Amino acid sequence: MTPRTATPALPLGDDALILSHRLGEWAGNAPVLEEEVALANIALDLLGQARVLLSLAGDEDELAYLREERQFRNVQLVEQPNGDFAHTIARQLYFSTYQELLHGHLATGDTDLAPLAAKAVKETAYHRDHAEQWTVRLGDGTAESHTRMQRALDTLWRFTGELFDPVDGLDSVPWHDLRATWTTRITTTLERAALTLPEGPQRSGWAAGGGRQGLHTEPFGRLLAEMQHLHRSHPGATW
Amino acid sequence: MTTAHPTEPTAPAAAPAPPAPATPPDWPLWEVFVRSRRGLSHTHAGSLHAPDAQLALRNARDLYTRRSEGVSLWVVPSDQITASSPDEKDPFFEPAGDKPYRHPTFYDIPEGVHHL
Amino acid sequence: MTTIAPENTDQEALFDATIAADERIEPRDWMPEDYRASLIRQIAQHAHSEIIGMQPEANWITRAPSLRRKAILMAKVQDEAGHGLYLYSAAETLGAGRDELLDKLHTGRQKYSSIFNYPTLTWADVGAIGWLVDGAAITNQVPLCRCSYGPYARAMVRVCKEESFHQRQGYELLLTLSRGTDAQHAMAQDAVDRWWWPSLMMFGPPDDESAHSAQSMAWKIKRHSNDELRQRFVDICVPQAEALGLTLPDPHLRWNEERGHWDFGPIDWSEFREVLKGNGPCNDERLGRRRRAHEEGAWVREAAAAHAARHAARTPRTGTHQEEAAR
Repeated sequence: MTPRTATPALPLGDDALILSHRLGEWAGNAPVLEEEVALANIALDLLGQARVLLSLAGDEDELAYLREERQFRNVQLVEQPNGDFAHTIARQLYFSTYQELLHGHLATGDTDLAPLAAKAVKETAYHRDHAEQWTVRLGDGTAESHTRMQRALDTLWRFTGELFDPVDGLDSVPWHDLRATWTTRITTTLERAALTLPEGPQRSGWAAGGGRQGLHTEPFGRLLAEMQHLHRSHPGATW
Repeated sequence: MTTAHPTEPTAPAAAPAPPAPATPPDWPLWEVFVRSRRGLSHTHAGSLHAPDAQLALRNARDLYTRRSEGVSLWVVPSDQITASSPDEKDPFFEPAGDKPYRHPTFYDIPEGVHHL
Repeated sequence: MTTIAPENTDQEALFDATIAADERIEPRDWMPEDYRASLIRQIAQHAHSEIIGMQPEANWITRAPSLRRKAILMAKVQDEAGHGLYLYSAAETLGAGRDELLDKLHTGRQKYSSIFNYPTLTWADVGAIGWLVDGAAITNQVPLCRCSYGPYARAMVRVCKEESFHQRQGYELLLTLSRGTDAQHAMAQDAVDRWWWPSLMMFGPPDDESAHSAQSMAWKIKRHSNDELRQRFVDICVPQAEALGLTLPDPHLRWNEERGHWDFGPIDWSEFREVLKGNGPCNDERLGRRRRAHEEGAWVREAAAAHAARHAARTPRTGTHQEEAAR
């Protein structure tokens, strides 16, 4: 499977696909029934975005089910396992804030991603709001929820630097400004939540690169094994 | 925990009290009203649990409008609704029954008179 | 007839007249305690079935073989959570709080439909659940839209509207498999073989052994007998199976001209009773997972409640809880 790798639809589509998959793992496990419905809504929005984006890059199912791990271009943040609810919310906060800013920029641009981005930015604004609402409640909730939320933010912090690595084909995106706005927004939310902005490095010291270069974390291989096994077991079948 | 349910309120006072819950009480109950499209009024859609108004509104959006059923939402704490009682049904609603002169069909208008 | 407290006589007469006139009982109306208890039991069991029923299908979300199927399955499992919520709302109008009912589920004092104690072993099981299990559920539930208790009937109208998508997607899934490769066809047939009989058991024990049926019929909580609905379901499924190109695993199935119905073979009620009393293939797993999700979520629910309590004290509620949705 050789996707048209030049298109930025591929990395953005992979982000949405993999995060949607992780959120799908919450089905039946959410802390309260109302949150089952909320997490599924977000997962469905993301899956919808992934399908449009991957279709711009090739055949959606071939791209999702027949690529090897090293061919996926999603950032490592989205492939991180769910952990507890705080961990999932921290991942959502970091990613949806980024995604809203990025889609907001793309929506006003003249690439072929503009129509998708214009729709996605509304969905993403809701995802970001959901993450912020919960960040505030967990940060400013009980001692236990505060500890869990802070720990989650700290743990995932080292995956946030990669969000602002330039993506091929998205030359017009002012990545530096995006990062500054992102940091301001996250800082504001964490202040409201009585939480502290993590201080450590925002990426690992591995010089080879990250998800955008097809270098992933160990849990990602298992995610793909689970996601792809049925499709791959029946070559050429339609579903 | 038993929360009074307002528009469709709960057991009469004689109903046996439920046993005290072993875990902390559930989030309070909210009534959800959905405006299905502009020009129509909000209609009661159901209820849900939420810790506060902001999350109640979001939960309502996710639960009651996921098939595009609405353009606007109200959420109201269930215990803030005061309902008429079935025991007062007669004094409340029967007096309206014998005033047919409130309805336009009460009046005879000659044939050929229009726009009335 | 048992003695009735004098003050109840008028109310009871009004209740009986409302039922007889086929009108709805509403939450604050007087109702016999047995009617209330019966409804709570039935609605709770129904709500529990929806949320336990998420598990066998959620089992396949991460393995769905195409992105289209994955989206459909996620939306379906989400609907089940939603149906659980509608139904718990209905029970709440009878004075039964949701956490009280969940507690009864978690401690085994209330039941859920036994069908969800069967495993989903292959992708085709997702289709078989949609076609057969949801199909049986719809056959059971459509009459409940006219149930005598208003909030339950209204919840069921909403549920039934959404369920028809569930059944159709299941049928379409099986049809695609049946017309696919040999391996896919075999997978579909195997799933139908395993789910057919448990689906027939979903209508409950035969009429002459059903503990609650007669009273529920009199109160118009229930509108048709177990056997009547089971027969209706079989009659619907036989031609549908034929169109699928799959066979139903019952050598006794044959058209009975005289009755105008399909005859079918004897149901193994010993299996039904075993699964019901806890000895099904997945009883422990289903309940265990539900309990675990609830327990692991306790700190989240407590945090939100603590936050709300602090902020309710600090800031009065403003008009922000009304919002024109931007969608």
